[in-house]
Amino acid sequence: MDAFLLQILNGLDKGSAYALIALGLTLIFGTLGVVNFAHGALFMIGAFCTVVLNSLFTLTKVTISATEKTPWGTPLEIHTPYVQLWFGDIGATMIDYSVFWSLLFAIPVMLIVGVAMERGLIKHFYKRPHADQILVTFGLAIVLQEIIKQIFGANPIPQPAPDAFVGSIDIGAMLGMAQNTVIYPIWRLIYFLFSAIVIGGVFAFLQYTTFGMVVRAGMADRETVGLLGINIDRRFTAMFGLAAVVTGLAGAMYTPILSPNYHMGMDFLVLCFVVVVVGGMGSLTGAVAAGFLLGILESFASMPAVKEFLLGFSIDQVIIYLVAVIILLVRPRGLMGRKGVMET
Amino acid sequence: MSNYKLNRRKFLKGSTVLGAGLVAPTIFTRSASAYTNEPGKGSVVLGFNVPQSGPYADEGADELRAYKLAVKHLNGEGDGGMMSTFSSQALNGTGILGRKVEYVTGDTQTKSDAARASARAMIEKDGAIMITGGSSSGVAIAVQSLCQDAGIIFMAGLTHSNDTTGKDKKANGFRHFFNAYMSAQALAPVLVEHYGADRKAYHLTADYTWGWTQEASMIQATEALGWKTVKTVRTPLSATDFSSYIAPVTNSGADVLILNHYGSNMVNSLTNAVQFGLKNKMVNGKQFEIVVPLYSRLMAQGAGDAVKGIFGSTNWHWSLKDAGSKAFVDSFGKEYGRPPSQAAQTCYAQTLLYADACQRAGSFNPCDVGAALEGFEFDGLGNGKTLYRAADHQCFKDVLVVKGKENPTSDFDLLEVVQITPVEKVIYEPDNPMFAGGSLGKCNPGV
Repeated sequence: MDAFLLQILNGLDKGSAYALIALGLTLIFGTLGVVNFAHGALFMIGAFCTVVLNSLFTLTKVTISATEKTPWGTPLEIHTPYVQLWFGDIGATMIDYSVFWSLLFAIPVMLIVGVAMERGLIKHFYKRPHADQILVTFGLAIVLQEIIKQIFGANPIPQPAPDAFVGSIDIGAMLGMAQNTVIYPIWRLIYFLFSAIVIGGVFAFLQYTTFGMVVRAGMADRETVGLLGINIDRRFTAMFGLAAVVTGLAGAMYTPILSPNYHMGMDFLVLCFVVVVVGGMGSLTGAVAAGFLLGILESFASMPAVKEFLLGFSIDQVIIYLVAVIILLVRPRGLMGRKGVMET
Repeated sequence: MSNYKLNRRKFLKGSTVLGAGLVAPTIFTRSASAYTNEPGKGSVVLGFNVPQSGPYADEGADELRAYKLAVKHLNGEGDGGMMSTFSSQALNGTGILGRKVEYVTGDTQTKSDAARASARAMIEKDGAIMITGGSSSGVAIAVQSLCQDAGIIFMAGLTHSNDTTGKDKKANGFRHFFNAYMSAQALAPVLVEHYGADRKAYHLTADYTWGWTQEASMIQATEALGWKTVKTVRTPLSATDFSSYIAPVTNSGADVLILNHYGSNMVNSLTNAVQFGLKNKMVNGKQFEIVVPLYSRLMAQGAGDAVKGIFGSTNWHWSLKDAGSKAFVDSFGKEYGRPPSQAAQTCYAQTLLYADACQRAGSFNPCDVGAALEGFEFDGLGNGKTLYRAADHQCFKDVLVVKGKENPTSDFDLLEVVQITPVEKVIYEPDNPMFAGGSLGKCNPGV
């Protein structure tokens, strides 16, 4: 029971990241009809927003020690963060909570990156075949990750969670089970809550605002909305920006779980495309549901008990694709796909 | 008007003369060069094949720094580094055998095929006489095999799998770095001393040659001292989130987790394990412990606070106080403003060892150089007295057992040396079952 609960939690946690990325991906596909292979790069750029802000907060004043020396005999440099020099303990707290500050930093950055990406490159491919869109966005993803690698290097850069959220809590004991049976990292629970809030926010925005209503109408019938005199293109560009922000925030909050590195976007991208396809192209609820479903399945598939049951065969790396094949055979439009989307 | 008529006899004669004329230069060329890429009088080219991209790029960058420093010292520039402490005094700062040392670099990308392609390009296009470098055993084994076929000496960089000098050893390949078996032999007694003999271990292992040999070596060494192995789980090299592998550990009955991971795998699995509270957990009435058999200072930097208090082993550490280490740290620190990593030290040492072997052999012929390296005993390169064993081309030297420092004083001060295990405790017979299969074969001079 405890192992089962742990894997459910793990699955929800993984699924949170999948759902957030897939939500942005399917939002772009549903509005602009673009298959955006650079979407993983947006997740990575969001993560590196945290790295940048943390680096800014920890910019140091260098003083040369009069007495101490380095092991190689040169005078020792003492580094003190400016933020700490200027604001004392408040500065130290700012550094500690840099992940949360980075969310505020990531929102405008991702909005600019998203709009620049859409206006500068992707809009020129709206009327081109999906294969062209895939090629150009895939190329863009590689360029972006190489730029990040040139600037930040190839190794992961750890971003600690705030001290108050480091460690784990005994969920088993809270649920009346024996102590120390279901222990779960606090930050992963926060990430799950965060993703639930963001997903809820995006749905509320689309459901309860006039802007969202127009966007939904445009997704259903773009031409008719255009004939009503509404500039749907501008709204769709805004949705691209929103999708970039959602994905960027997902990346920024994920940094204490997975140290940012230049290829983290690619690692998630393929899985999230499968999530979108399984959920149904263009279906927001489908993307979220498939994200959590596949996250949970992936977690269970990596349990040693499953491997033993399958006579030593390990399926954790392929389970998502196996399920995708089965679902597409049974429901060719995915779990919640609508008729007419990506169909000719 | 010419009355010349071509008949069959004249055609055959002409063809023979033409054929002989075409073949003659090749014959002269073959006889002029006794081995692949014999250097001219002026300079000699070394090929540094390191990961300049991919997950080990930072490690590769440090290797390259070390190689450039070694070239500088060989050519008589700078402070000479470990050349002044090296027990063999054959090197004199005038290059190798009077030729200025030049170098070319290749990018292994930590992929065997890319590493072989870049090594081949350096040999065939740039005329490299020796190939060295790398940060992965898969790459090292692949490039070693290529060098054997091409008739080039391969001085391995960071490669820790038993197989490099075990079942995949080659006559043209030489390894200065220690291996998984030596790590396990050094580490296991320290683990038992600190954690007791009644322990149950759970292994998470990277699913490739290095991971397999590291896991087997750790199981053998710990079980010999009373530990039990509860479970071994292989994880894909491409994995980035290990949470679903870590979660079952908590309820497995194990009280030690051994992470046979390296590079970004180690950074992520260790971070995940700490996040799941394993370091603070009590199991079987004992404190739960995590062990990382192969440590790297660069990886420790990636894992941050998670490494605190965790035991592992390393080939070398910049805090060592012997004359060779001090000379190298001084030289490297002044040049680059940072201490060298273990990868940098092994690559620097390998370059000096190769140059010294050429100098002593009086030749660049791979077979003469190989003979000079085989059975060579030396000191002053940072690891104390060392033997390059002739039987398998493995260096034998003391092994460092290290622990993540609780209170680091700088970004580099992350590991503390707990014990220097003498070479007698980690040496093994060439026919040890862990290294069984394969043979060195014959030295290949190429051409």
